[in-house]
Amino acid sequence: MISRRLVLTGAALISASAAIPRAFAQAPAGPFTLPPLPYPVNKNEPHIDAMTMELHHDKHHAAYVKNLNDAVAGNADLAKMPLQDMLANLAKVPDSLRTVIRNNGGGHANHTMFWQIMGGAGGMPTGEVKTAIERDLGGFAAFQTAFNTAGEKQFGSGWVFVTVDRAGKLALVAKPNQDTPLMEGERVLMGNDVWEHAYYLKYQNRRPDYLKAWWNVLDWAKIGERYAAAKAGTLTI
Amino acid sequence: MSFTLPELPYAYDALQPYMSKETLEYHHDKHHAAYVNTGNTLMQGTEFEGKSVEEVVKGSYGKNQPLFNNAGQHYNHLHFWKWMKPKGGGAIPGELEKKIISDLGSVEKMKEDFVAAGVGQFGSGWAWLAVKDGKIAIMKTPNGENPLVHGATPILGCDVWEHSYYIDYRNRRPDYLKAFLNDLVNWEYVAELYGNAGH
Ligand SMILES: [Fe+2]
Ligand SMILES: [Fe+2]
Repeated sequence: MISRRLVLTGAALISASAAIPRAFAQAPAGPFTLPPLPYPVNKNEPHIDAMTMELHHDKHHAAYVKNLNDAVAGNADLAKMPLQDMLANLAKVPDSLRTVIRNNGGGHANHTMFWQIMGGAGGMPTGEVKTAIERDLGGFAAFQTAFNTAGEKQFGSGWVFVTVDRAGKLALVAKPNQDTPLMEGERVLMGNDVWEHAYYLKYQNRRPDYLKAWWNVLDWAKIGERYAAAKAGTLTI
Repeated sequence: MSFTLPELPYAYDALQPYMSKETLEYHHDKHHAAYVNTGNTLMQGTEFEGKSVEEVVKGSYGKNQPLFNNAGQHYNHLHFWKWMKPKGGGAIPGELEKKIISDLGSVEKMKEDFVAAGVGQFGSGWAWLAVKDGKIAIMKTPNGENPLVHGATPILGCDVWEHSYYIDYRNRRPDYLKAFLNDLVNWEYVAELYGNAGH
């Protein structure tokens, strides 16, 4: 997958710098691994501060990966199942593991997507994604407004997502906690984390300001890659 | 009667180092204030106007989600400020302590299970001690929910929304919960609510 290669290249660059202890802190202990941030922790400054990025990736996302690995450790079938399949079939997961996989598998999938689509310079979507936003979401300005409103209205922790189907059709949806459209067998083009840990150090109670600022760090080229992968049927989480 | 934001019952810096002045300023002046203001706006022109906060919480549950969210959080925070005090977390008044030991095993076990409830509440929510059917039980609820809508009377609650601890503890929710129990809880207020709970 194209974005996987880009992720690894980015990690190689980072590990030549101050990020070495961070990269080595995650020993793989199960089928799921914490992907390194594909850019330095300060890449999204000033909109998302470096401390928030570091805690969010190294602590929060790392905990989801660890808990997910712990959950599947005693179950060989689950341990070899791709995450998107596990999340799409939660009803078939053993009762004792369902909630922990829903929460931590969702958390792992959501954050993996989240790091991929940031680290850019914002601006306007281009190409097919731009066309799809105009066709399905009323144009970029209306889409941003609807997305931000959905983020403000998500009471408590959760996410706002844009889903994409095999035909490239987009839709906006908000979910609580670490739930994801993957749980309905859908695919996620992009999404924003509105858990307070995503913005509290810099924005405190001002979630609307965070939602507005977030657009400045999007990498529309990466989002374009996810869109193409979705249409090709190769997009996973 | 509309909702009103109470003053904090202590100075903003009175709970340091366990809860910072900065946390209390945002938590009380911004978060709680927003629940009060939004709750009042949402109540206008509804059957709930003029009702007590308890009545609004119970009446709006499952019927008017946005109002319930804000009324629940107003109720929860009203008590949350009083559930803490400077130099808190000390001895538990005798009768309450006996009841905790008899219903929950021991004070240590109660604390362990309370922390586990707070850690196990995935995402935003609350951990509780509540009186239900004459017994003290440990509960957890998501977002603005509380034991009132589960047939129980809350006597102690800890806010585990990240806004309650992120400035002081970052991702370390267990450390926050332990500090809450060991250094912040106002057990006299818990005992007062227990006395009122009709057991
Ligand atoms: Fe997050
Ligand atoms: Fe709160």
